[in-house]
Amino acid sequence: MTDAAGLWRDISRIAAQATGPVLDIDLAKVTALDGAVMSLLVEMRARLVAKGIRCGIVGAPELIRPLVHLYHGDEALHASVPHTRDSLVDRIRHATRRWTGSFRLAVTFAGEVTASVGMLVRQKGTGNWRALPGLIERAGTDGIPIVLLLNFLVGFVMGFQSAHQLKLYGANIFVADVVGISVTRELTPLMTAIIMSGRSGAAFAAELGTMKVSEEIDALRTMGFVPGPYLVLPRILALAVVAPVLTLLGDIVAVSGGVVVAVSSLGVTPRGYLAELRTAVVPSDVWTGLAKSFAFGIAIAFIGCQQGFATRGAAEGVGRGTTSTVATCLFTIVVVDTLFTVLFRVFGA
Amino acid sequence: MSPRTIIEVRDVSIGWSQAEVLVERASFDIREGEIFGILGRSGCGKTTLLRELIGLEEPLAGHISIAGIGAPSLGATRPKFGVMFQQGALFGSMTLGENIALSLERWTDLPGDAIRAIVRAKLRLVGLEAAEHQLPGTLSGGMRKRAAIARAMALEPSLLFLDEPSSGLDPVTSAELDRLITTLQRGLGLTVVLVTHELGSIFAIVDRCVVLDRVSRSIVATGVPRDLRGSADRRVQSFLNRQPEDA
Repeated sequence: MTDAAGLWRDISRIAAQATGPVLDIDLAKVTALDGAVMSLLVEMRARLVAKGIRCGIVGAPELIRPLVHLYHGDEALHASVPHTRDSLVDRIRHATRRWTGSFRLAVTFAGEVTASVGMLVRQKGTGNWRALPGLIERAGTDGIPIVLLLNFLVGFVMGFQSAHQLKLYGANIFVADVVGISVTRELTPLMTAIIMSGRSGAAFAAELGTMKVSEEIDALRTMGFVPGPYLVLPRILALAVVAPVLTLLGDIVAVSGGVVVAVSSLGVTPRGYLAELRTAVVPSDVWTGLAKSFAFGIAIAFIGCQQGFATRGAAEGVGRGTTSTVATCLFTIVVVDTLFTVLFRVFGA
Repeated sequence: MSPRTIIEVRDVSIGWSQAEVLVERASFDIREGEIFGILGRSGCGKTTLLRELIGLEEPLAGHISIAGIGAPSLGATRPKFGVMFQQGALFGSMTLGENIALSLERWTDLPGDAIRAIVRAKLRLVGLEAAEHQLPGTLSGGMRKRAAIARAMALEPSLLFLDEPSSGLDPVTSAELDRLITTLQRGLGLTVVLVTHELGSIFAIVDRCVVLDRVSRSIVATGVPRDLRGSADRRVQSFLNRQPEDA
């Protein structure tokens, strides 16, 4: 082992420079050999064979022969096709195939879940509704503190960023307009959805992924349940209910964050701020935000469940699904938000 | 009169794809009221074959037929057989009682107290009456497997599939589980399909078996385990006598 580094340099050089049809490794004069050196000799032989040079480990004395056998040094080797790296075109083709495969799976899953809504009416036990209160508690009640804190800070930051500009024009009171409209229409639904992606979306993916790899989903199937609707529908309903409620609470605290800035930096009274807020923010601002958050809730639950069901392998597969869920949720939230914003603008909401 | 055939497997090929076939053209019958073993070394396709027998996967070729059901398929219908998975696959968020009650609530109109009575009886059958309100995570491996058998028996199936029930258990617990399987099979007249590579279980409880071989990708023997011990086939000898083939 102590001489292995020097030996490795030597045999790498020999293997690289070797030419000709045959080159045997003769161990006739070897009196002692350890596993590490034997591993290197076996590797050298494999490299030579890969170059098309016939190579055997020969002449091993009686004492060493068991070690040669143990490391498969006496087995026949055939030249294998050298592994070449995929070209850029191949890699793009593989990536496209993977992506379209995932997309097809997601569309199929969406179809199955949508179709299963009809089963709710026809068959009892289609969804695991007993789990619904627990899901609402975990996704909703347990998430309230973080949602309130972050949305308060968002309202505060919005007020703070606009305070300087408003002061320049003596438009201090309009801080209520800036904070009120921005948080109700955009920021609170987005911030709440981002928090829900990390908490609930990832939790759903991990939970269902673990059920998948531990054969619990197979067990459900053998018991006559259709796992998709049974596990997915309660989760979608839970987030569809919880997301607008959390968003509404987030709106209230975000506006409160604006009050703090208005009072402390702009000399606006709380009464004045609220009066301006009532003028600036119309019910449709709040409703559009809640409609978005409803859609975000459904999307997050759907993505988390789909990734959970798509889990393969063991613990590492669950980790991959969870990471993928958060990334996909964030992307989808921004896309859905853009669509809603354009639609609301077109229809004047 | 010989017992009737419950499961018929004809020319079935199993595997992940046409390029990765585990077993080719397997044919055998499973008879009513027997404990039938699917045996072989790790990786030879025992569990995959079981998954195809219960309809979780489809064979690459050939056909499987279960008496009274036809080709196995799973859907939103009352299951005709019970299945115990390798790790038990109990639902971790439910107590043992709730795990067993689940399919009774889904597929019967029994009132809650009747379901609870059946659940208690099933747990008593497997010696777990005291663990009704415990979560699976708080139980030992052997207890989880017994609970999984109780859950598989909830709807009184006449056919029971068990995937490596004694794997990972100590020899005494393993023997207790074997005794439980025999007791249930004899007492209730069940047909049991057992996937295993535990020699103790094979010789103690299996009536007839098939031995799968991963190298030849085929069934290398069919019959009574004790008779197969004297088989001339080196692969069967090697497996049943616990000897590496090149030894």
